[in-house]
Amino acid sequence: MYDFADIYQAESELDAVRALHEDRQAMVIAGGTDVLVGIRAGRYPSARLVSVHGLEALTGVQMTADGGLRIGPCTTFSALESDPLIARHLPFLAQAAGHVGGPQIRNMGTVGGNLANGATSADTAPALLCCNAVLELTSWQGVRRVPLRDFYTGPGQTVRAQDELLTAIAISPADCNGLAGCSLKYGRRAAMEIATLNCAALLRREGDQIAELRLAFGVAAPTPVRCPEAEALAAGAAWSSALAEQLAQAALRETRPRNSWRASADFRRRLIAELTRRAVTAAWQQTEEGM
Amino acid sequence: MLRVIEFWLNGRRREVAVDPREALLDTLRERFGLTSVKRGCEVGECGACTVLIDGVSVDSCCYLTIWAQDKHILTVEGLQKDNGELSDIQKIFIEEAAVQCGFCTPGLILSAVEIIAAGKPRTREELRRLISGHLCRCTGYENILNAVERALRESLAKKTEPN
Repeated sequence: MYDFADIYQAESELDAVRALHEDRQAMVIAGGTDVLVGIRAGRYPSARLVSVHGLEALTGVQMTADGGLRIGPCTTFSALESDPLIARHLPFLAQAAGHVGGPQIRNMGTVGGNLANGATSADTAPALLCCNAVLELTSWQGVRRVPLRDFYTGPGQTVRAQDELLTAIAISPADCNGLAGCSLKYGRRAAMEIATLNCAALLRREGDQIAELRLAFGVAAPTPVRCPEAEALAAGAAWSSALAEQLAQAALRETRPRNSWRASADFRRRLIAELTRRAVTAAWQQTEEGM
Repeated sequence: MLRVIEFWLNGRRREVAVDPREALLDTLRERFGLTSVKRGCEVGECGACTVLIDGVSVDSCCYLTIWAQDKHILTVEGLQKDNGELSDIQKIFIEEAAVQCGFCTPGLILSAVEIIAAGKPRTREELRRLISGHLCRCTGYENILNAVERALRESLAKKTEPN
């Protein structure tokens, strides 16, 4: 038995938004893999829940008229991992979704919850940061769109207000076509682990050069972050392993990992350098194979 | 206030009035006496409470019973034939010595059922990943993998058998 005060099963997106507006103590539950565990740990005493579990309108991946992608926040990691649109346009996001927990967790946990949770360790955050994802937040007052890059304010904290529901993750056409990417996760185990560090690299190639690089990390700072210095260094640069090393050093300058019970800051710094080299190299390799 | 939920449980339509705070794990064990569903970590990390919901493996400790409305739920009790004979996957687990204390076994058997139902051949590495939501402290996993590999192989062979 879980110790929460109440749960309301919303019948639609609008109904959920109304419920959050009318009860300013209410919090959202979707897959339950974070919230229920948090409730059991006593993190949300007397929680009042608004459940968006099973709402079809918030689930699934669609292509928009302009060729961009719209990901429903209640899409499970499993669904994301096997979605044909994601496989075609953003395979490195499917890769990231496949890193979460284990099969049972992926069958219930949602990509929206992964972001809304605000954790720096969210496995889909680096990939979505590289995609310049924009979050659609809906409240009784209306809709606002916040780039994922501006979503996080601190460890476990986001700009989402209590009465706002994450209703879509939007990716523009330029950010999901003609790019090669790689998502990596380091943990002591190969599954059922919170990331010690995670990383995503996404690049566009022109001839023998990187035309554009996006590089992002989780657990390398209080929030998931992009690495603008490394990205600037890569823009227009000819590919070489020496470049990969330079990018690794740039990433180190731009990140601020901490000591935690999982790993020391020093170990995380080694991971940042190594995962930069591996992720960017793997992304480049994909362009060699014609993706 | 109790909510009345109806779902399919091991092939039969069932109805139960539950406190909305109840986890499916609690309902299956305490209300329906299906003790094959084990109370392990209760936080979705060990897989001992795994059940199949509409054919998909889920940690029942992290699943509210009220979400089960109209779903098809399968536990190991639902695998046995009416005369008590074990299903093929269960027999193979025993023959391959994939069971020691047995605590992780029901959950693993259901994940194996899901893997076999997908009808796709898998490498041993892929199978490792597919059962990675289960912790076993006894066997070291090798015999479990042998059992799942064999069950999958035999199931696929049956499908391609000429009449």
